Amino acid sequence: MEVPLQYYLFLSAIMFAIGVAGVLTRRNAIVVFMCIELMLNSVNLTLIAYSSFLGDVTGQVLVFFVMAVAAAEAAVGLAIVIALFRNKQTINIDEINILKW
Amino acid sequence: MVTIPTMAYELVGYAVFLPLIGFIFNGLFGRKIKSELLVGTIGSASVGIGFVIAGAIFFEMLAAPVHDRVHVVQLVPWIKAGTLSVNVAYQVDQLSILMMLIVTGIGFLIHIYSIGYMHGDPGFWRFFAYLNLFIFAMLNLVMADNFLLLFLGWEGVGLCSYLLIGFWYDRKFEKGTTGDAAKKAFIVNRIGDFGFLIGMFLLFETFGSLEFQTVFLQASAFPERTPVLTWMTLALFLGATGKSAQIPLFTWLPDAMAGPTPVSALIHAATMVTAGVYMVARCSVLFALAPTTMLVVAIIGASTALFAATIGLVQNDIKKVLAYSTISQLGYMFLGLGVGAFAAGLFHVLTHAFFKALLFLGSGAVIHALHDEQDIQKMGGLKSHLPVTSRTFLIGAVAIAGIPPLSGFFSKDEILWKTFSLGYGSLWIIGFIGAALTAFYMFRLYSLTFEGEKRWGHDKHPHEAPLFMTIPLMVLAALSIIGGFVGIPKSLGGGNAIEHWLEPVFEHANEKLAIAGHAAESTEYLLMVLSVAVAVTGILFARRWYATRSEVPQQLSNRFSGLYTLLWNKWYVDELYDATVVNPTVKSSEKLLWRVIDIHAIDWCVNGIARLLGWISRTTRVVQTGVAQNYVFVFILGVVVIIGWIIGK
Amino acid sequence: MILRRNPVMSAIALIANFCCIALLYLLLQAQLLAVLQIVIYTGAIMVLVIFVIMLLNLGDEERLTERYDLKKIVGAVIVFGFLLEMLYLFVFSDFSEGPALHSDATNIGTVENIGRALFGKFLLPFEVTSLLLLAAIIGAVILAKRKI
Repeated sequence: MEVPLQYYLFLSAIMFAIGVAGVLTRRNAIVVFMCIELMLNSVNLTLIAYSSFLGDVTGQVLVFFVMAVAAAEAAVGLAIVIALFRNKQTINIDEINILKW
Repeated sequence: MVTIPTMAYELVGYAVFLPLIGFIFNGLFGRKIKSELLVGTIGSASVGIGFVIAGAIFFEMLAAPVHDRVHVVQLVPWIKAGTLSVNVAYQVDQLSILMMLIVTGIGFLIHIYSIGYMHGDPGFWRFFAYLNLFIFAMLNLVMADNFLLLFLGWEGVGLCSYLLIGFWYDRKFEKGTTGDAAKKAFIVNRIGDFGFLIGMFLLFETFGSLEFQTVFLQASAFPERTPVLTWMTLALFLGATGKSAQIPLFTWLPDAMAGPTPVSALIHAATMVTAGVYMVARCSVLFALAPTTMLVVAIIGASTALFAATIGLVQNDIKKVLAYSTISQLGYMFLGLGVGAFAAGLFHVLTHAFFKALLFLGSGAVIHALHDEQDIQKMGGLKSHLPVTSRTFLIGAVAIAGIPPLSGFFSKDEILWKTFSLGYGSLWIIGFIGAALTAFYMFRLYSLTFEGEKRWGHDKHPHEAPLFMTIPLMVLAALSIIGGFVGIPKSLGGGNAIEHWLEPVFEHANEKLAIAGHAAESTEYLLMVLSVAVAVTGILFARRWYATRSEVPQQLSNRFSGLYTLLWNKWYVDELYDATVVNPTVKSSEKLLWRVIDIHAIDWCVNGIARLLGWISRTTRVVQTGVAQNYVFVFILGVVVIIGWIIGK
Repeated sequence: MILRRNPVMSAIALIANFCCIALLYLLLQAQLLAVLQIVIYTGAIMVLVIFVIMLLNLGDEERLTERYDLKKIVGAVIVFGFLLEMLYLFVFSDFSEGPALHSDATNIGTVENIGRALFGKFLLPFEVTSLLLLAAIIGAVILAKRKI
């Protein structure tokens, strides 16, 4: 019994929504970052699902690249968080608003 | 029409541009050159060489057959825009070479004179630079082969007039400074230029070109009394009244006497003011096709002649008298043009250039001798101290009064005769009275200045002028004596050479006017005798009253005090203009244009835009909170909305 | 994960999530990527995150300040709306006719096949990614230094 394509897509959408909820509601910067990773993974799932169902390898290659970029982004993002913490002694997002007008 | 230029014609470009080079050289380096003589020589030489070239061209023209005397020398193409095509090109024909000879010849003499007159002035180099620029512009004016280049020269001489009138820019002059007088000249000229421009627009509209030869050729095919031609010529004539100081735009010329005397001699006697006469003569075909305008020209000329003469009767500044005399003589020239005697008008330009320049330069010598005294009531008895000056001045005065065989007689008489014989009897009377007044005020001037008892103080030591100044005086005096012989009319046995010389230029115009044959020769003799008689009477009265019995004019002025005041105040024309035109313009500019429109409307718009942008910025920058989650929030909101919309479809 | 107060607990929950996703990849016949998911995401990224949490010595998020402010409510509402949309689509869609797994899916996800694609058609992005990683390395090192 095969899993229909739609199931994968809905799972992906729900994961995405959970990630959004996390980004919008949490105040800890690292947790927000993890939610962003969750969103990226949901997109990966969609891509691979389509790739398998359509028989095209492009989707999987794309996922490969997304993973590579996510890794790079993780490194840089966490470095930024460390630098922020050093300067402001907090990683509460509400208090990090120096880029405003 | 363009032939391969022969040697002399080719040089006309050099003749025109040499003064420009003189201007640039003196303008840039003149201040550093310590030798006045060098600056003066450079200035005079550039004009002198032009005169030599003009003479060469003239003789070559004389040698050529009549139909081969017109050449157009093209230098560079200038404007080519759509159907408009004008070039920097010079038309060398009988009329322009005559004017060129006058401009360069008299210009050269006045340059020499200025070396003496402006000696010691700190702005010596500036003076010569401006004079050269003026000659350049004037040559462009008279030699141009199209209206646009003529207008360039027209504006150029106006500019130089402004620069030179206000040469001593911080000196007081009447109610203001010399700068005010210069401004007045420029602005009144501008009004005339407006008329000229309208005329040019109409010209281009009607004929499709601005080149003389094209326009005049087309014009000769036009019927008479076309309305557009009348308007066109009236507009052009308005320009001429501005430049040549006729009614109604003459008020600037007396004020222009604020400038140094050589300026008055060159610009306001011999050359710039004759530009209007030249222009009307050049467009003779157009004017001939508009008889209404010709009548207007004649009437304005005659009335200006009489009007200015009445004012000149009672003025006390030596240069002012000469200024009004210039206006009056210009009136005669326009009278001649207006009745169709184009050659006669130009003949008077020639002779007037001689004796008026002479008179002005002579007055300059007097002013120089008395250390800047210009009031003739403080002069007198200068004959013995300034022999050369007084004798040459006398010659000039006799010439302008119209006593034969000096030049003024022939030219003025030609105009008056043509006026009478072509049927303008009433205008003849006006001109006749004007001639009488001319003789009278001229000799009033001479007597009060040179004869009688001394009325100047003991602090003045008049001495004869230096050679630089007296030699031009003598040359001009000689020319005033013999200059008339080029125009001896047939009735006196001459061949009227100048009229024949200029005949081809006015061929088309004369056809249109269908000049009738002369009236009887006996009438001509009668008129001649009359004018000479009235001139001699005027001279005698003037000398009697002013040299010997000086109480008579005083009694007369007391008896007719109202008339005297009117004349002395120049018929209150300046005041009239001030009240009707000048003050309302100034007031409305200040109150309306500046306060309301400029400050409120325009500034409000411009500042308002700035304020608007500021307001927009202030309200929109609130969006940037700096909190990253807010941005994500907006992002997701958008996504949700879009998905909802897609679902809904 | 998003509801945990302790960030370490959140991280562990995310690791479990990643492992499940790797299993899902295997279900989809994407072998290489399943392994890569575990290696990169759980093995590298999450380890990095936990390191940073421990480095910064974060405590629990305080309950005091965990007020229900406007932002949270609006955020929750929006996500709820989003979920509703998804539910709607889920419920009212037809599951009988869906595409089937591709016949060749097994062969697509192999190492060999992906390798061929990477070094063939997608060579340029592959090489450029190396530059990207270089930039990330340099950036991370400089940003985290105490003194530049």
